[in-house]
Amino acid sequence: MTKHNGSKPEVQERIGVYVCHCGTNIAGTVDVAQVAQWAASRLKERGVVIARDYKFMCSSLGQELIEKDIKEQKLTRVVVAACSPHLHERTFRTACARAGLNPFLCEMVSIREQVSWVHTNKEAATIKAQAAVSGGVERVIHHEPLEPMTVPINPATLVVGGGIAGIQAALEIADAGYHVYMVEREPSIGGHMAQFDKTFPTLDCAACILTPKMVDVGGHPNVTLLTWSEVEKVEGYVGSFNVTIRNKARHVKTDLCTGCGICQEKCPKKVVDEVYEAGLGYRKAIYTPFPQAVPKFPVMDVDNCIYFEKGTCKACEKFCPTNAIDFTQQDEVINIEVGNIILATGYDIFDARRVSHYGYGRLANVFTSLEMERLTNAAGPTNGQIVLRDGKTTPKAVGIIHCVGSRDRNFNNHCSVICCMQSLKFAHMVHERTGAIVYNFYIDMRTPFKDYDEFYQRVLEEGTLFVRGKVAEVTDAARLPGEEGKLIVQVEDTLAGKQRRIPVDMVILSVGLEPRKDSSETAKLFGISCSANGWFIEKHPKLDPVATMTEGIYIAGCAQGPKDIPASVSQGAAAAARVLGKIQQKEMALEPIRASVIEEKCSGCRICNDLCPFNAISFHEDTMVSEVNAALCQGCGTCVAACPAGAIYGTGFNNEQVLAQIEGLLLLNIGEEAVPA
Amino acid sequence: MTTDTFEPTIIGFTCNWCSYRAADLAGTARLKYPPNIRLIRLMCSGRLDPTFVFKALSSGADGVMITGCHPGECHYLEQNYKALRRFHLIRRTLKGFGVEPERVKLVWASAAEGAKFASETASFIEEIRSLGPLNWGKSGGGRPTTEDGDSPSSVLRPQSETEEVPA
Amino acid sequence: MTDNAKPKFAMYWAASCGGCEIAVLNIHEKILDVDANFEVVFWPVAMDAKYKDVEAMEDGSILLTLFNGGIRNDENEHIARLLRRKSQLLVAFGSCACEGCIPGLANLSPAGEIVHTAFNTVSTDNPHGIYPRASFDVPEGEITIPKIFPTLRTLDQVVDVDYYMPGCPPESHQIGAVIDLVVKVLHGEAQLPPKGSVIGAGNSTVCDECTRKRNVKSITSFKRIYDVEIDPELCLLEQGIPCNGPATRSGCNARCVSAGAQCIGCYGPAEGVVDYGARLIAAFASVIDSTDPEEIEAILDGIPDPAGQFYRFNLAGSLLKAGKPAWEKG
Repeated sequence: MTKHNGSKPEVQERIGVYVCHCGTNIAGTVDVAQVAQWAASRLKERGVVIARDYKFMCSSLGQELIEKDIKEQKLTRVVVAACSPHLHERTFRTACARAGLNPFLCEMVSIREQVSWVHTNKEAATIKAQAAVSGGVERVIHHEPLEPMTVPINPATLVVGGGIAGIQAALEIADAGYHVYMVEREPSIGGHMAQFDKTFPTLDCAACILTPKMVDVGGHPNVTLLTWSEVEKVEGYVGSFNVTIRNKARHVKTDLCTGCGICQEKCPKKVVDEVYEAGLGYRKAIYTPFPQAVPKFPVMDVDNCIYFEKGTCKACEKFCPTNAIDFTQQDEVINIEVGNIILATGYDIFDARRVSHYGYGRLANVFTSLEMERLTNAAGPTNGQIVLRDGKTTPKAVGIIHCVGSRDRNFNNHCSVICCMQSLKFAHMVHERTGAIVYNFYIDMRTPFKDYDEFYQRVLEEGTLFVRGKVAEVTDAARLPGEEGKLIVQVEDTLAGKQRRIPVDMVILSVGLEPRKDSSETAKLFGISCSANGWFIEKHPKLDPVATMTEGIYIAGCAQGPKDIPASVSQGAAAAARVLGKIQQKEMALEPIRASVIEEKCSGCRICNDLCPFNAISFHEDTMVSEVNAALCQGCGTCVAACPAGAIYGTGFNNEQVLAQIEGLLLLNIGEEAVPA
Repeated sequence: MTTDTFEPTIIGFTCNWCSYRAADLAGTARLKYPPNIRLIRLMCSGRLDPTFVFKALSSGADGVMITGCHPGECHYLEQNYKALRRFHLIRRTLKGFGVEPERVKLVWASAAEGAKFASETASFIEEIRSLGPLNWGKSGGGRPTTEDGDSPSSVLRPQSETEEVPA
Repeated sequence: MTDNAKPKFAMYWAASCGGCEIAVLNIHEKILDVDANFEVVFWPVAMDAKYKDVEAMEDGSILLTLFNGGIRNDENEHIARLLRRKSQLLVAFGSCACEGCIPGLANLSPAGEIVHTAFNTVSTDNPHGIYPRASFDVPEGEITIPKIFPTLRTLDQVVDVDYYMPGCPPESHQIGAVIDLVVKVLHGEAQLPPKGSVIGAGNSTVCDECTRKRNVKSITSFKRIYDVEIDPELCLLEQGIPCNGPATRSGCNARCVSAGAQCIGCYGPAEGVVDYGARLIAAFASVIDSTDPEEIEAILDGIPDPAGQFYRFNLAGSLLKAGKPAWEKG
């Protein structure tokens, strides 16, 4: 049903149109004077009271021109035809605001990027510019004054993930005097770095540089450490998130436990440690993952505990000097309020079994890089002895294969960044500790960043052999003399241009980094986006690498993409800086472009309920209407377009504005005689 | 419109984050495409209301180009998929109206794909040129004109329809 | 009916089925209120009257005209213009006058094809292939029949309309309520709503009056109602039935959905909506559970006639107003 017959209602607004020359950038292709004159005459009945062209609208003189007109001509709307609004929308909105006009009553139309720079025919470009101005004028009639909404910022911050990136972020914020909640799902913080032995290229001991930071976090008066915990629900928005966290039952009373370790000593049940020791060592059914764990409290592995299995044992309870063991302990669900959240949830290691032709899991002496970290670690299962799977034989020849699971379209296209350096590190350590011949099989060597290439040179000089080529197969099927009892690496040496079979005693697979298997669920939980393969997506890949599209949620470390320790630390610190900036502001203004439900029109059909990835839409069972939470709304307008009743209103891009702009744009066609001014 | 050559008019819907920036980039890179397209900026392709498409076609546009971030790269996480689904249903509905579904096109263009934006726009303009004019909004408030004279119903038609019809 | 002090009332049917007149009669005793408060001067279905009598009336002398039916031929248009001139309040009564309704679906085909279908297809008993002619000379003079237009138009596409009363037909309880209102206005006890208002209907959509249980929606396939066993308690759309209720103006007490059939949309769009079908296209497509173009296409195969599904009642009143063949070939 059409509600309005015949001609449009008379326009009450007083509109000023400003056409920019941009030197010759626009004026070279568009007859800007003609556009202005045309707007003044043809669009007069549409409310245009003044139309000017000017050399540089964005200059201070250009802005003053607009401000003067707003005051003297009593303009109620402004249209600026110039460059992209992404460049100068703010400039002209601010100019309007200075003259007392609500900034959202100004509309910019692009006649440079979208007209003068992409077209050559002056006549056609001029008509298109006129059409663009007409579209802007029709649109701006329907603009309404908007005010940004301010929300207070809760100074507390949640850091999810206690690896080096999360630790760095937490310490920066805590040291600045603000409270941090750190949630870690493992029994101890430390992350992957706690498993490493040496760090490239300086070969400092990972534990030596990491554990002081772990201790700092554990003892910091501004940090609440929640290990063996997972985030279950996130509600709210920037400044005031409400987070529900499940603190899993440790079956150890942390207020009584002194971390003496007797329970672990006395526990009779040995379990293969698949996590910390990468399957190379054992732990008990009650355990701390490693001696320097923070916090020091052990956790009980109820799936393997004899008491939970058979109902008897309780050795730990018997021997605990402080009666800290509690077999009846339940999970605890806690709620916290924070203003900002940093996600530093890390990565998973590529499963080397997927490259079946490299024999991992089938050929005993094929190791992964993570296993190698444990083998070389003085606190590891072999006390740092590099030995074969039998636990005693020192290898005489070792092959290190790069890019396992990375840069391979069968598995992951991405470069895992750290593998070249990690392989060089292993080459150095094998050479140093065993004197074995070391072969590195690489596709390309990638050693950027400070002192990395120097380290490569050093390893070259140590006599490590480098074979350029993608390894075809690792096999124990001997064919030639000297291959018996060895692992044979079949590879095309692309520099020598020939196939080679190289017998070694040990193969190390430098496996790549992958997104966490549950990263898409994590992204959904926090309302951020992750790429199809699972890395979290930053707000801008270059200029905003730790922010996300969701205000108040930041990312750091390998959750965003593969990176080494210095880069993870930098991102942790950068995310903390961003959060501290927000905290300092105390409150922040949100863009006023957002949706709202017109309650009387909403029939509660619930079409919109699942359309918002930011969980801004909720349904009230009692009143049977849906509601958009203004602070959560990011302004995309999807629900506005989807509402079958037309009951959702979107500011800044409402139906009337867009429909009017369409009409305005179609006022003129190419080849049509432009009405002379 | 000149009678000898048909110059189509196309309305393009862009999203604020990817495709509008792709159009900006095409300009910054001084890539050239024909001037037959006029762009409207939305915050997201998810804002694309089918009303906008029908409005454009019924107001004189010969084609509509819907653009947005690539699947999986939506600034608002997944809203471009809603645009994708609406696009499919819009085309099917237009077909029911006897309108060539090819008059509506969907293009994914990232902020880096200025060249893609320019070339897709240029090729769409040519596709619409070969489809010919749609002429919807040009017959006065949707009241169709009648020209041919020998269909069975011709005797039933009024001789002239010169009365003014309100839009 | 000679009491000239009473305000005058008229009702007319243009391109429509007559269901609107039945609906008026279906208000039972309340029809007596019409007679008690109005002088019925023109109502071709109910009483004998001549167009020339109406033409002879003074402009604006009829207080209230309920006009049902769309404008399909020059007779419809002539009377629409005539009644507009003679009436103070012209109400587009029923879906045909408001938005074209079922006769408007003919806008998908050229007028010639419609005539051809009516007079010369296998189902037509017309052995001599006789077609009607616009005018015919007989000894008494020339006789003419109305000339068909290329498309059907809604009433407000031809003349200015004061109020809209949707429905196919408008529900009797709503007609009764409107009559009550007008009578109250006549007695100075109420005020008329602003010009252009929709009367005799709700402000929300059918879901507002539907009692079925509703959840978050995610559609994996569209089905015909006879293809599945319907859960009587659950929202039909959630069961894959393309129910137009979410986009259709409330006011009917969710009559069809209560009876177990999907809403087909006769009450037209909700307040302020520009294009009814577009609302449904956007809504349905938004909740389809797929991101894969091929799968989306397969799901949409479940709506074999989208133009009919989304524009059954609103085609003539939609933005496009007609199918391309109708205006291209006439």
